[in-house]
Amino acid sequence: MSFVTRGFGGRSRDRDERLPPGQTLVHDFPVLSAGPTPEVDTAEWSFTIVTEAGTHRWSWDEFQALPAEDIATDIHCVTHWSKLGTSWRGVSLDTLFEDVESQFDYVMAHSFGGYTTNVPLDELLDGQAWIATEFDGEPLDPEHGGPARLLVPHLYFWKSAKWVRSLVMMPRDDPGFWEQNGYHIHGDPWQEERYW
Amino acid sequence: MIGRPSVPRSGWHAATVVAKTPETRTAARLVLEVEGWPGNAAGQHLDVRLTAPDGYTATRSYSIASSGPATGDATRVVLAVDRVPDGEVSPYLVDDAREGDRLEVHGPLGAFFVWAPDAAAEVSGAAAADTVTDAPAVDAPADDPRPVQLIAGGSGVVPLVAMAQAHADADDPTPFRLLYSVRTPDDVYFAAELERLRAASAPFELDLVYTRTTPDGWPLPPGRVTRDALAAAVIPATEAPRIFVCGSTGFVERVASWLIELGHDARDIRTERFGGT
Repeated sequence: MSFVTRGFGGRSRDRDERLPPGQTLVHDFPVLSAGPTPEVDTAEWSFTIVTEAGTHRWSWDEFQALPAEDIATDIHCVTHWSKLGTSWRGVSLDTLFEDVESQFDYVMAHSFGGYTTNVPLDELLDGQAWIATEFDGEPLDPEHGGPARLLVPHLYFWKSAKWVRSLVMMPRDDPGFWEQNGYHIHGDPWQEERYW
Repeated sequence: MIGRPSVPRSGWHAATVVAKTPETRTAARLVLEVEGWPGNAAGQHLDVRLTAPDGYTATRSYSIASSGPATGDATRVVLAVDRVPDGEVSPYLVDDAREGDRLEVHGPLGAFFVWAPDAAAEVSGAAAADTVTDAPAVDAPADDPRPVQLIAGGSGVVPLVAMAQAHADADDPTPFRLLYSVRTPDDVYFAAELERLRAASAPFELDLVYTRTTPDGWPLPPGRVTRDALAAAVIPATEAPRIFVCGSTGFVERVASWLIELGHDARDIRTERFGGT
């Protein structure tokens, strides 16, 4: 349906090919959250993976002892900003799921503060997702999800749940918080899967 | 799966600028006539897409200052847009757009940062995001409406004006209070509308905080909202208000953390922060 808007010239023509459609490059790091930033004490923090068979749990110290990776990636927010070449450090979900058995194909990420988001399991494995605890060489700022957030950079960034506390396996792709409040069930930025 | 608040499904629509007026020194109010707009709830936003002659496009999100159902073939939607320095879409909307210009909008968007007079209880069901697996949230009985506290920084008042206007239009008995932080008296958005809301029969209180310059005779020196000022100007936690906060990231982070310290339940606080350009 697109048509030209009179008087609009636009600013830039050297569009970066790493930008998905409808996205604009930013150099700051905007914050988008539906509520207050929860204060999460690492002494009380734990991370769990819950399956139909039981619960796998890591304390903060146990989590810190896991092998971590440096991640360089672009991130894309549904509100039309992208940040290129960001650097993170975290534990791959391949590592965390090593000893996890489940018949279920879908995951609901749960956060401190009550946020949820759904992701199919096969989009979290094979080097596609991490639990990140550092950004730019520093401990992750609470505004950006610290002490730990899910990082699934190939999907819009609302899927990268801040303040993540557990991943719960589920038999169907039930919608999480934003998925119930207007955002797409899947969220591929290259397909512009923004809204339902 | 829990119920979704009853907001219309979003989609792309052609829109025409039917009125444009200065809102503040840096902002403009635009009235759009949107073809096939399905109506929107108070507090929702939309995406504006501009296309240049060579096909280049730019898209940004803006809060909607109006609300209401669809009204036939084309529905009017009000935006108030602040010019972002070095921005791309907002300078066009504020400086270049004129009546008759056509652009595209996608919406209405967002079903969480919304308020509706008859749906307050229903909408609250989405507040506890962990209800996906936990027990559903218990809503307040309809005959005991919880008060609503709105808190705005700068242009963050736009979606909150939509809520206050919807409240007045419905002559809703829910107590409403707006705390609005602005730089100077010239930076107040919807100044005339806010005065009218004060005089409307639906209960509405307005507390203005001026951070740089106050009107003549103002009892307080200019300054940012402090924790004490917040405590004095918001509905106390004992009355369990539903709270909507909208502004810059710094403003929202400060206010939201103070609200928690003042005893408000995090689940009662809904936030919207300016993001990106």
